[in-house]
Amino acid sequence: MRGTNATRRDLLAGAGALAGVALLAVRPGEATPASMREAIRKVVGGADIGKGRVTIEIPALVENGNVVPLTVSVDSPMTAQEHVKAIHVFNEKNPQPNVIGIKLGPRAGKAMVSTRIRLADAQNVVAIAELSDGSFWSASAYVLVTLAACLEGNL
Amino acid sequence: MARALINVPRKAKRGDIIEIKTLISHVMETGYRTTQTGQVIPRDIITLFTCDYDGEEIFRAELHPAISANPFITFHTVATASGTLTFRWTGDNGYSVTETATIAVE
Repeated sequence: MRGTNATRRDLLAGAGALAGVALLAVRPGEATPASMREAIRKVVGGADIGKGRVTIEIPALVENGNVVPLTVSVDSPMTAQEHVKAIHVFNEKNPQPNVIGIKLGPRAGKAMVSTRIRLADAQNVVAIAELSDGSFWSASAYVLVTLAACLEGNL
Repeated sequence: MARALINVPRKAKRGDIIEIKTLISHVMETGYRTTQTGQVIPRDIITLFTCDYDGEEIFRAELHPAISANPFITFHTVATASGTLTFRWTGDNGYSVTETATIAVE
């Protein structure tokens, strides 16, 4: 009796493990908070990232994850001495952690960029600004998505 | 075929910060979707957008699959002199579109 039970348990455990593997195989390289940190590290190197100076405007509740309006602005005078060099946007749960990478200069006059992005799930969106003095600043926003983009898009 | 829409003020005062809006028609296929038979639809996205002001690059954006179809990008620049703005979108499968707009600065 005990023997059969053990086998059944083993079988179930095995089936569970298989299902887990299958699920991993179906979803190609899903971004995770860890992979987002990795992507951020590639951009900033070992530098410290300060909180603030960056503002993310994104709806808190999104019905359609395929088209999410996003505006990132950075508090900077945008002069030759002090300006924003780059803005990077990352996410946690899309298939890839990168969203957009922008290069600016003092000729921009105003460090403010808008676009429309896709979000596969409710998640945090992080924007990081690189300033001309070499410092990095960030902001993050949590977005709740009801209809996800990408993964459910069977034709 | 107007594949790209660009909104640049026709006139500006020297030193004004102007807003530039661009929209281009493109599917931005992520490469993560499959057909009903399970085949992966290959990736087809715009990977790079640049804007030159009289030949000098003022804005550059690297796009990833997380950018919505028909990429819409808004940014700013200082109106320095009358001239031409050149917008360039490049991407997968040899995609390349160039558009220009002129601005009069007084």
